[in-house]
Amino acid sequence: MIELVSSSRCIRCDVCIRVCPTDVFERGADGVPQIVRQEDCQTCFMCEAWCPTDALFVAPPIVPLESDSPLRDEDELIRRGLLGSYRKVLGWGAGREPGAQEDRSFNVLSRMHGVTPERLPEWADAPGPKTSVGRL
Amino acid sequence: MVNNMSDVSSPSVRQRPRLRHTDGDVRGDADVLVIGGGPAGSWAAISAAESGAGVFLVDKGYCGTTGAAASAGVGVWYVEPDAEARERAMQDREALGGWLVDRNWMGRVLDETYARVGQLANWGYPFPVKESGEQARTSLQGPEYQRRMRRQVVRSRVTILDHSPAVELLRVPDGGVAGATGVRRQRGGRWTIRARSVIVATGGCGFLSGGLGCDVLTGDGHLMAAELGADLSGMEFSNAYAISPTFASVTKTALYHWATFYHEDGRVLEGAGSQKGRSVIAQALAHEQVYAQLDRAPVPMQPEMRAAQPNFFLPFDRLGVDPFRQRFPVTLRLEGTIRGTGGLRITDERCATTVPGLYAAGDAATRELICGGFTGGGSHNAAWAISSGVWAGRGAAAHAKASGSPGGRAEGAGGVGLRPTATTDATLDWREITRSVQAEVQPFEKNYFRAESQLQRSLRTLDAAWAQARGGLGGGVEDVVRRRESVAMLAHARWMYNSALDRPETRGMHKRIDRPQLDPEQWHRKLVGGLDEVWTSVDPLAPVSTPVAA
Repeated sequence: MIELVSSSRCIRCDVCIRVCPTDVFERGADGVPQIVRQEDCQTCFMCEAWCPTDALFVAPPIVPLESDSPLRDEDELIRRGLLGSYRKVLGWGAGREPGAQEDRSFNVLSRMHGVTPERLPEWADAPGPKTSVGRL
Repeated sequence: MVNNMSDVSSPSVRQRPRLRHTDGDVRGDADVLVIGGGPAGSWAAISAAESGAGVFLVDKGYCGTTGAAASAGVGVWYVEPDAEARERAMQDREALGGWLVDRNWMGRVLDETYARVGQLANWGYPFPVKESGEQARTSLQGPEYQRRMRRQVVRSRVTILDHSPAVELLRVPDGGVAGATGVRRQRGGRWTIRARSVIVATGGCGFLSGGLGCDVLTGDGHLMAAELGADLSGMEFSNAYAISPTFASVTKTALYHWATFYHEDGRVLEGAGSQKGRSVIAQALAHEQVYAQLDRAPVPMQPEMRAAQPNFFLPFDRLGVDPFRQRFPVTLRLEGTIRGTGGLRITDERCATTVPGLYAAGDAATRELICGGFTGGGSHNAAWAISSGVWAGRGAAAHAKASGSPGGRAEGAGGVGLRPTATTDATLDWREITRSVQAEVQPFEKNYFRAESQLQRSLRTLDAAWAQARGGLGGGVEDVVRRRESVAMLAHARWMYNSALDRPETRGMHKRIDRPQLDPEQWHRKLVGGLDEVWTSVDPLAPVSTPVAA
């Protein structure tokens, strides 16, 4: 779900308010969009993709994060290179080439047919499931 | 074979249709109104405008980001016009779809998709280039695709109303469609568009199950069309479930071809797979957490997988999980008639419905003609959205031109959720309707694995909810869209389960555990319709695809 609107990065262009398919934002008194209907967020990442200044962050879970989650901390997200990371792979923004040009689906999907490939030998003795998705 | 493109490139001199503002509401008149701004609606609007029509497009969200395709990466059923390749592409679907496809339609879709994807290339879509130097046009990156489609819609002088959910269709006394009305959720007030033709391109119905970009798809168009008397086809093919990490919304399943699925205790879940073994996953999920790991993907291939579906990896990267080297919990999310193939029945090659002036395109329409009873996945649905959108746009424009001025009185055709029949105040809330529908359609034991007794039980619950909702639904004026969404999902669930009950066999994705075999006597498509009373019948038009030994 949408978790962060960075007021320092936001240029008050209202793009996210306009493009969100489920209308989760409203302009705040200072012009910075506020997340007023987080429960309606469908975690589609579109607001983040369209934001021209990488001011938004959508966390993967379809439920709200705990209030002290590191994924709600702007500095932490910047440190981990996550703020704006989707826009980067889409190749949207000045000086970037469209990521669609790098779409290798034709290679991947052509190998999708037929029998399921073998499990790779290096995983033969892999340990049991790790619920490696830590606390959100 | 390729359509005449001369009308496509000629610059339009038409004016963009205008809105009139009165007392906070807006009104407009046009030849064609398109409801829904995803791929099908965008193509429909462009095509209607190409044919000389004045066009409005309304979307409940934002044309450019809305719909199942915008946030995804989709394959496209794009096949070179080579006889052998096309034959293979058609054959692939016949048995899988339970012999319900129609080869004439498959051929038409392959032609139109080939031409229109070529047009996308001319518009500058950045297709990747293969080593041979040719463009690879078999997949589209959703955000890029839909952003560009919006631009083309605007260039075609279509007037777009974003954040303007349609609430009901308008009809004229002879029963034909006359436009629609809805609310402007960001600007306030209502919108009313009078139009001689209306195209329903509102997508399938995912029952708010959290699939990527799918919560805007609540079957609104099906309900509105049915209120004018349109019928549906193939609604038993409505139990598509997509694999997703439990901690994310990304319901993209292709890359699980390279996954192994595991029990909670680390043993391999035998027989589980992304394609044929999905029911094994569903069975296991009923009593334990299932895990997956993409441990069949050779290391050199991993970067290609990333470049193929960047959004698949987004949740993993953000949560610090390496899906190639670590096991992660998975679940199945219902995608109903989004990946399922049922929808509004179309009656001619221009995607008309049974209602004069009303057309259907994309996932709102049945996709049985090219997919039969098995999931369209991205690829067939994407090709269908393009083709049916183009045809519906052309058909709607021609109908508008032939039917003269839109004069005469028109009235709202909406029923449940808008016009209560009970005299007492309603206490039933739309949230309760939504919850009760979800409780009947989401559980695997009710919908993935169907059986007569359970279908009957579910229908009793759903029919009772309908009767109650008909009396009246609580909530204020501001809740009208939510109320109608819940009613649309309720109607959808009843059509699904009546069709499922009336197909006592297993065919395509429709699995009846009490009837596990395909029954040759039931080689036909099935129609369904009605609101207060739901009916089913056999489509008198036989599928044009002859069952042969595989």
